[in-house]
Amino acid sequence: MFQIQRSPEVHDVVVIGSGAGGGTVVKVLTDLGINVTLLEAGPMLNPVKDFKEHVWPYQVDHRGVGPHAEEYFGKSPWAFGYFAAPNGYWNVPGEPYTVAPDSRFRWFRSRIIGGRTNHYGRISLRFSDYDFKPYSFDGLGTDWPVSYEEMSPYYDKAEEFIGVTGTHEGLRTAPDGKFLPPIAPRVHETLIQKACQKLNLPCIPSRMAMLTKPLHGRAACHYCGQCGRGCQTASAFTSSQAMIFPAMKTGKLRIITGAMARELVTDDSGRVTAVSYVEKATRTEKQIRCRAAVVAASACESARLLLNSKSSRFPNGLANGSGMVGRNLTDTTGYDLSGFVPALAGLPRHNCDGIGGMHVYIPWWLLDDRKKDFPRGYHIEVGGGFDMPQIGFAHGEEGYGSALKSKIREQYGAWVGFSGRGEMIPNANSYCEIDPTTVDQWGIPVLRFHFRWSEHESKQVRHMHDTFAAIIEAMGGKPEKKDFPERGVDAVSIGGEIIHEAGTVRMHDDPKQGPLNRWCQAHDVNNLFVADAAPFLGNPDKNVTLSIVALAWRTAEHLAEEMRKGNV
Amino acid sequence: MSENPLSRRELLRNLGISAALAAPGARLVSAQVAQHVHEAVAQEKTAAPKGEYTPKCFTEHEFKTLQRLADLIIPADQHSPGAVQAGAAEWIDYMASNSPELAQIFTGGFGWLDHHMQQHHGVDFIEAKPEQQTAILDVIAYPKNETPENTPGIHFFGWARNLVTDAYYTSPIGIKELGYMGNSAVSEFHVPEEALRYALKRSPFA
Repeated sequence: MFQIQRSPEVHDVVVIGSGAGGGTVVKVLTDLGINVTLLEAGPMLNPVKDFKEHVWPYQVDHRGVGPHAEEYFGKSPWAFGYFAAPNGYWNVPGEPYTVAPDSRFRWFRSRIIGGRTNHYGRISLRFSDYDFKPYSFDGLGTDWPVSYEEMSPYYDKAEEFIGVTGTHEGLRTAPDGKFLPPIAPRVHETLIQKACQKLNLPCIPSRMAMLTKPLHGRAACHYCGQCGRGCQTASAFTSSQAMIFPAMKTGKLRIITGAMARELVTDDSGRVTAVSYVEKATRTEKQIRCRAAVVAASACESARLLLNSKSSRFPNGLANGSGMVGRNLTDTTGYDLSGFVPALAGLPRHNCDGIGGMHVYIPWWLLDDRKKDFPRGYHIEVGGGFDMPQIGFAHGEEGYGSALKSKIREQYGAWVGFSGRGEMIPNANSYCEIDPTTVDQWGIPVLRFHFRWSEHESKQVRHMHDTFAAIIEAMGGKPEKKDFPERGVDAVSIGGEIIHEAGTVRMHDDPKQGPLNRWCQAHDVNNLFVADAAPFLGNPDKNVTLSIVALAWRTAEHLAEEMRKGNV
Repeated sequence: MSENPLSRRELLRNLGISAALAAPGARLVSAQVAQHVHEAVAQEKTAAPKGEYTPKCFTEHEFKTLQRLADLIIPADQHSPGAVQAGAAEWIDYMASNSPELAQIFTGGFGWLDHHMQQHHGVDFIEAKPEQQTAILDVIAYPKNETPENTPGIHFFGWARNLVTDAYYTSPIGIKELGYMGNSAVSEFHVPEEALRYALKRSPFA
C-alpha cells in the first residue's frame, strides 16, 4: 500500500485538468490575483518540440505512417495522424475503460497541458436561447438553470479573449458574437454557398478560434492551414498557449504535471479539504490541501473522480446525493458524405490553405419546421480544396499507369465533404458508472459506459444524408455512397467519437435533479466546482468548447467572489 | 538561406518561446519569421545526399521487381517524373525493413507475381515483356476481377499501389506534380479570380 504524502500547505484553489475549462479557470482566477495549483495528468506541453507545424511529409523518414508502419495496420497511437498536435488517444496504455455489452462507446482522453484544445477543430458557436431551455422549447430534455441572457456576457468575454472569426447574421440558430473579421471562402466553398442559396440553406462565414488579427499578444494567422498540428505562433486558440503559459508568468500559478487525481478528500462537515493524486513518475500517492477544488478533467473523467470520492458521508460518491453523477451522458451525432464535383476538376492551382478547417458553414435552418420527423437539428461543416498531400491520399483508387496519374491530378481539389454535427437528446440508456471489477494501473476504478442512440438521432442522420447529397448534386457533383437507408442507428458515429461528451455532472436548481447549482457549484459541497462540459444540461448542435470556456469563466468569477466574501 | 543568421533550431526556439511566454501585449512573431522557418525546414531536407541505394529489406531481385512495379503504377510522363525518380521503391524498402508485416506482404506479392509469370510465360516478372507485365496488371489492378486464382495478386497490388502512391505524392516530385502550393506563411488569404471563374464557368451556376 502507498504511504500517502500530505502537504502541510493549504493551496487556495486546486484545478484538476488543463483543457478549455481548466485553462479558463486558471486564467480568470490568476487574473483576479488568486493563487491556483493546476493538476494535469499528462506532461507539460512544449510547442517547439511537440508541434509538427510546417513539416512536409518527406521530411520524416516514415512520412507519417509511423516508424513501424503503424498506420497501415491500424496500430497507430496517433488518433489524428502523426502530424497532429499531441492529441491524446482512444486507448491510453494502462488506463482502460469498459463498455456494457449492449453499448458502443469510445472514450478519447488527452493527457497533456492544454488537453484537447491543442488539436481541436476550433469551431466556436454560441448555444442559442432555446438550447438553454430545451424542455420549454419542445418538451424534451431538461431546462438549464441558466438562460442565454445570463450567458451572453460570458460568451462575449470568451470570444474577445480567444478570438473568433465571424459575421453578424441575425440567425436565431447561430447567435452573433464579438467577432474578428471573417476569411474569404475558398473556390469550392463559393460553389457550396451557391448550391445552398439554390436549396434555401444558410451558408455563412465560419466561426473559428483563429486570429485574423493580432490579439492579446498573439500574432495574426499566417494561413498555413495547419492549426490541427498546433500553432507555433499561437494564432489558433489553445488553453495551453493562450491561457496557461501567460498565467505562469503571473507568479500565481503552480503546475503539477504527471498527476493523476484519485479522489477528493472531505471532512466531517462535507467540505473538500484535499486532493489525492498519483505522482505518475514515482507511482507514489500525494495529497495537497486546498480551500476550494475545481474539477475540469473532461465530462466523463470528472464524473469518474466524483464517483470514486466515496466516504461515509458520501457513500455514492461526492456530490452525488441526486444519483445523477454519470447520468445524461451525451455526445454529438456525426455523419459524413463526400462527393466529386466535375466543375472543380483541373482547377487552376493556388494556395488555399487558409485557416485550418472550413471558411464557411451551414447552421441549422429548420428550427420552425414542425413536419420533420426528428427533434432539434444539426449544423454542417464543409471540407475540400487543395490540401497538403498526405499518406493515404490516393488509397482506394483502381488501375495504374498514366491513366491513374492523370485521374489523381485531375481530381485533386475536386472533392467536397460534408460533416453533420447534430444534437443528441439525453436518454436513460446513456450514462457512465464505475466498473466494479476493473481498475487502472494505479488501482483507480475505471468507468463503464452505457450508450445508445435513439430514433431521434438515426432519423436526424438520415436527414443529413439527404441534405448532403442534395448539396453535392446541386453543385453538379456525385455523392460517393448510397448505402445509407439500410443502416439505421449504425449510420450515426459511435458514441464518443465526435469527442463532445457532456452532461455527466449536470446543473439543476433542485438538488435532487442535479449535483450542481446554477454556478456549477456542488449543492452538497460548497467548495467544489465543475468546469468542463459535465455541467451541461444538453448537447446542442453547436460543439461544446466555446460554451465550456464561457461557463467556466462565469464559474471562476463566482468562485472568486465567494472566496472574497468568505463563503468559500 | 545561407545569409540567414538564425539556424532552424534557433528560429523554432524563438518562435516557441515568444508564443509560449510573451507577456500580454507583446507582439509575438511576424509572418516573415514564420516563413523563414518553412524555408529553413525545406532547406535542411533537400541537403540530404543522394547515392546508390542498397536495399535494407528486399533482395536485389525483389527490389528490381518493386522498382518496375513503381514505374508501372506511376510512370514518368510529359508532366513530371514518376515514382521511380521520386524514390518510391527505396521508401517502401525502408518501411518494410522496419515492419515484418509489410515485408511479408511485399515479398509474398513478388513471389506470387513471379510464380504467375513463370506459369504463364516461363519467366520472372521483371524478365517478362512489357505487354506481359501490363496484361497481368490489367487483371490485378481492379478488385472486380477477383477469382480464386487472382485474389492474392489483387490484394497485393492494392498494397503496392497504396504504398507507391503514398511514397510518390508525399515526395517533392509528387507534390509538384499535383501542384500543391501551400505550407507557407502568408500575411493575407486570397482566392485568385481566375480559379473562381474557372469553377463557376463549369458549374451549374454559370
